[in-house]
Amino acid sequence: MPVNAIKVTDKDNVATVLQPVSAGTEVCWSLSEKSVAAASDIPFGHKIAVCGIAAGEYVYKYGEIIGEAVKDIAAGEHVHVSNIDSRRARGDKK
Amino acid sequence: MKFNGYLRENGAAGTRNHVLVLSCVSCANHVSRKIADAVEGAVCFCHDTGCTQMGTDLEQTQRTLAGAGKNPNAGAVVVVSLGCEGVSAEKIVEEIKQTGKPVELVRIQTCGGTSAATAKGIETAKAFRKELDKLEKTEIDASQLVLGLECGGSDFTSGIVSNPLVGYVADRLVKLGGTVILSETTEMIGAEHLLAARARCPEVADKLLAAVENVEQQAKNMNEDLRGSQPTPGNIEGGLSTIEEKSLGCLAKAGSTAVNEMLEYAQIPAAKGLVIMDTPGYDVESVTGMLAGGAQVVLFTTGRGTPVGSPTAPVIKITGNAQTAQRMAENIDFDASPVLEGKESLEEAGEKLFELLMRVVNGEQSCAERLGHCESAITRKGPSF
Repeated sequence: MPVNAIKVTDKDNVATVLQPVSAGTEVCWSLSEKSVAAASDIPFGHKIAVCGIAAGEYVYKYGEIIGEAVKDIAAGEHVHVSNIDSRRARGDKK
Repeated sequence: MKFNGYLRENGAAGTRNHVLVLSCVSCANHVSRKIADAVEGAVCFCHDTGCTQMGTDLEQTQRTLAGAGKNPNAGAVVVVSLGCEGVSAEKIVEEIKQTGKPVELVRIQTCGGTSAATAKGIETAKAFRKELDKLEKTEIDASQLVLGLECGGSDFTSGIVSNPLVGYVADRLVKLGGTVILSETTEMIGAEHLLAARARCPEVADKLLAAVENVEQQAKNMNEDLRGSQPTPGNIEGGLSTIEEKSLGCLAKAGSTAVNEMLEYAQIPAAKGLVIMDTPGYDVESVTGMLAGGAQVVLFTTGRGTPVGSPTAPVIKITGNAQTAQRMAENIDFDASPVLEGKESLEEAGEKLFELLMRVVNGEQSCAERLGHCESAITRKGPSF
């Protein structure tokens, strides 16, 4: 299966797609790892969940926390501003 | 390693030999532009500050203007003042004079208006140009270089490809004894722990963490949510979801060496190696701060594509986005997309980028220079009164 995504570190639970992906396409981030089918269309350069991420769980990219899930995210789902949020610089929290 | 540059009287090294027309206040911008436009080889530094400022805000503007004049890429400076502005034109002239370079003050109110001040400025700038043209380039050690790092209009490629490439070059220059400035404090939110762990001493780490906390607090003090501004709409369209994600990508520009000093906006570094300057994420203000801090060249990554330059420092644009490299070809100096596509290794591309950097410091024009970009803006600590 051709590699069409990049997962920066092993710890990451998201990968970045290197081309626009339509729903149902297998997204593969390395030759040795498993792939996941895209649950929806994913634009060029956006993220896909490589495994399930429950609401409240951290999202990892570069092996670091980039935010937390605000709803349950299934493997293959588009991961973006609608389902994850910053933990920092929150004007809405004390 | 050596480069051919312009050795100034105080030992500082310029990669360019500009006559700089430095506006003290927005009221002097028009005259400054007219002077620079009329003289081949003159460049203009304009901004929207310089009056009705107080305390540290005024000091910061003053420091930035003096720093822009002291930057060794300016061989001579025409300081254009209105005459009643808040910043002290005399102090700016005095500070620039200490570097040994020719500097002259043109005051609009004293000259008797726009036309007379413009004429006097043109005459002065032409005389400076004549003198600077006599200066021969000399061989200068690469350790004299101060490299500014910037990213603007980021997308997912910035953090994955172009910023790591810049990090490779930053490490390379640090190894040669040069200075590298990382800026954009806003874009350290969520990644500051990684930088703090690399601080040379606890004091540097504490200053860095305090600067990041201050930015976060400033946003909260406005009763606003930083998420309304960071990531920007363009960042979000480009695949970046959170400020932490943007920050972690931004950080890759800083390579892997120790953080040796934490600088205020527009402060000239005392240390060599990697240093951090406290600037906003707004790229034009950030590049201006580094220019005033002495940067003679800037590596600027962009995913979405941005054309901005700087009055005296060549700005080199790098993108990891093949579409941007094509769509904005005239603005992009280095296409890093082959790395993203797995056609080239980071080291191979990093060496090519380092070679480009050295060609530019030796005199090759960057795209922003060829197109005449010379954006500048000074960040604020408080409102105008």
